[in-house]
Amino acid sequence: MPFTPHTAEEVQAMLDVIGVRTIEDLFADIPADMRPKSFDLPQGLSEMETCAYLEQLAGKNNTDLVSFLGAGFYNHYIPKAIDNLVGRGEFYTAYTPYQPESSQGTLQAIFEFQTAICRLLEMDVANASVYDGGTAIFEAMMMAVRAGRKRKKIVIDESISPIYREMLNTYTNNIDVDVVVVPHTEGLSNVEALKAAIDGDCAGVVVQNPNFFGNVQDFTELFEHAHANKALGIISVYPVMQSVMKTPGEMGADIAVAEAQSLGQPLSFGGPYLGVMSCSKKMIRQIPGRIVGRTEDIDGKTGYVLTLQAREQHIRRAKATSNICSNQALCALRALIHMSLLGPEGLIRTAELSMERAHYLADRLTMIEGVELLNGAPFGNEFAIRLPIKAEEAIEALMDKGFVTGFPVGRYYEDMDDVLLVACTELHSFEQIGVFTELLGGIL
Amino acid sequence: MKTIFSQSVPGRSACLPPMPEERAERFLPKELMRAKRPALPEVSELDVVRHFTKLSTFNYGVDSNFYPLGSCTMKYNPKFTEYVAALPGYTTPHPALAQLPKGSQYTQGSLEVMYETEKMLCELTGMDAFTSQPMAGANGELTGALIIAAYHKDKGNKKTKIICPDAAHGTNPASAVLAGYEVINIESKDGMVDPEALEAVLDEDVAAVMMTCPNTLGLFENHLPTIVEKLRKVDALLYYDGANFNAIMGKMRIGDVGFDVVHLNVHKTLATPHGGGGPGAGPVGVCARLEPYLPNHRPAKAADGTFYLDTDNPKSIGHMSPFYGSFAVMLKAFAYMLRLGGEGLTRATELAVLNANYMRKRLEEHLHIPYNRICMHEFVASACNQQSECGVRALDIAKALLEKGHHAPTIYFPLIVKECMMFEPTETESKETLDIFLDDLIEILETSKTDPQSLFDAPHNTPVRRLDETKAAREMVLVDEI
Repeated sequence: MPFTPHTAEEVQAMLDVIGVRTIEDLFADIPADMRPKSFDLPQGLSEMETCAYLEQLAGKNNTDLVSFLGAGFYNHYIPKAIDNLVGRGEFYTAYTPYQPESSQGTLQAIFEFQTAICRLLEMDVANASVYDGGTAIFEAMMMAVRAGRKRKKIVIDESISPIYREMLNTYTNNIDVDVVVVPHTEGLSNVEALKAAIDGDCAGVVVQNPNFFGNVQDFTELFEHAHANKALGIISVYPVMQSVMKTPGEMGADIAVAEAQSLGQPLSFGGPYLGVMSCSKKMIRQIPGRIVGRTEDIDGKTGYVLTLQAREQHIRRAKATSNICSNQALCALRALIHMSLLGPEGLIRTAELSMERAHYLADRLTMIEGVELLNGAPFGNEFAIRLPIKAEEAIEALMDKGFVTGFPVGRYYEDMDDVLLVACTELHSFEQIGVFTELLGGIL
Repeated sequence: MKTIFSQSVPGRSACLPPMPEERAERFLPKELMRAKRPALPEVSELDVVRHFTKLSTFNYGVDSNFYPLGSCTMKYNPKFTEYVAALPGYTTPHPALAQLPKGSQYTQGSLEVMYETEKMLCELTGMDAFTSQPMAGANGELTGALIIAAYHKDKGNKKTKIICPDAAHGTNPASAVLAGYEVINIESKDGMVDPEALEAVLDEDVAAVMMTCPNTLGLFENHLPTIVEKLRKVDALLYYDGANFNAIMGKMRIGDVGFDVVHLNVHKTLATPHGGGGPGAGPVGVCARLEPYLPNHRPAKAADGTFYLDTDNPKSIGHMSPFYGSFAVMLKAFAYMLRLGGEGLTRATELAVLNANYMRKRLEEHLHIPYNRICMHEFVASACNQQSECGVRALDIAKALLEKGHHAPTIYFPLIVKECMMFEPTETESKETLDIFLDDLIEILETSKTDPQSLFDAPHNTPVRRLDETKAAREMVLVDEI
């Protein structure tokens, strides 16, 4: 049998020590009427057969499409050294670092990840990560609700990713949190309406930058208004773009979260991804998940441990700050190595190359008759355009020509069936953009 | 050891993309830009490679040595699954592609993997339907609790409570609270869920009972049929925490014996790597009457044999993850199941149980075993005698094991056993490995009588020795200084 080393003689010797005759005797507690009614699983395969089958299935996915699909999840370049380092068994076959003396690799890596996130977002504290960007927003909301004591209202900007807002609906369905969505205005956050929604019952306001439509805004004033009304400012960001954009720290955010898939994680059809959570010092007791702190051992040598564990479910059980136990340690390690290999200049160039291509594409597309930008506001590497036809029609028409045109905004927003969301990264060539523009122009 | 930040030298770089023609100022007004560049490391590629290679040597994984961490099922993670998950055919597709017009045609491989994985999990567990969306065990618990809530709401049942036994994982009560329930704890009796204690708190308000079998002590729950019968009377559902599923593959199917909802921890039972704390995956299975409430975007097979995402689920609880969960993790679990097959999975369970009982038996003369009978995949011992006789605690024994190059068992869990040490060897370890570990452990227990101080001082030879956790919590140095 694969991966079990026991010989028949060893099994017998072990049964003799235990004092039973057969292995089946060890399962005597399970009565006959509780045994499986069926167990019709296929025969096991050799390694080469398993690989051949799964290679064949992988071949049924198309990897040649030129894709302008983003919507919060982007195909950035991943340096080759990452797989090599993260593939070290000492990292990926370790458990949660509960025995710190033999887990300093994972612990120091998380400490460095926390540091990198805090420096990128200009926040004080970061945790060891949560599942993804949507979970991070939910956990941030819950932080605000706990900090706000009797305040149960969370004000959310409609231009936050609707993919995440669907998750928030699911997660908040049964708990005492009142989520109020403030409509966007032509793809932009309506800051005045958001301000107006912050009342004495509001625990926090949540925005996204760049928002789902790719637009970049400044929320300093909104967060000031929130603070004046004793509510918290929460922002969800895009780590690559954050290397050039005004930071959550500069805007005065209390909690900053992100989907960090763009930092060294492949798209992999949905995951695993990486939820980043960071906050100001005064929110430290509310942040969920694992946190690593620096300390010393009994010889005075620097070392790292999981700290502030009194917040967590293995101690607090029903009263814990969150039910989350796993973090995305290996994904966080990927992101840390990614940021180390790129450095500040590399991350900035990645953002700039992506923006450069997106703006070139936007210029070319808006030259087509009937195509215009949804709004004239600044954007990063993604933008929304209005088409003379339905976005889904454009997507369908170009798919068989080898291009994924973008995301149909009307799927989530009313009266926006003609709006297409288009993203670029540094991996798009100007030639691809040229061909794409011509093809799209040809069907409009 | 120096951090990667303290090795930074301005101007040094590793993997720079080409220089852009236009810089960010061209596209963003100054008031939307950050004032200072982020202070990320400026290091060479060799700096990065040496730093993280060295850090890895300060770590300990299943690949390093024996890891008998109870409740965590630290079995060997086959290398070929890493190869499979890294195939460009799987890493390339954007998850939203499958939701676009014609998009499913270009993602048939991934959709087929999802569909077949869920089907296989159904047969393995006896459940009627599965979802791959939950991203870890606790997320699976929450998914299950939300499905339970949706079911009761739909039926018009007014339910307010979920019952958790005291031996349950801490995530169980925390997840139940997030689904809007009050948590009722019940005490165990002789290491089992006590039907009388359950009866005392079971009423029409109870939505579900969360339990695991074998339980956290590694014992089969003998009262299961009685419990199922009691719950049916008040239309309460039975939730199975899959943390201990490695003990029963091929021996019992949870769907057959009356469980309504289950989550599996694929990083435990199905050999996907733990990664130092994640990423995991926590697929959830349900019985037929709960299927309408599963998370939306379900992989489905059309009459013509092609695969697509089914969104016609009006009663669905919605989305637990942005798309379909940790696809790459579930793919590794699928690869593992294909490789072992039904017979191999059953054999894995048998040998996991054999290994645990062999360890238990060899230890019984040296360490108190509170429930010393045939166990399943794990067992719980107690260092209570060592503590009362020589002041040596479970923690000290754990640290002495680290010094000998082994990983420690889980200590101080479950909370219902004093000075608890929970051993789970898994099936992938040989008798020789167990013997070496047991000999070392027995020697440590002997030393506890003659020289307890040497145990208090352990470990000496690890990258760091015992760490000052109070100082960490008091000073809260959580980021590297600039």
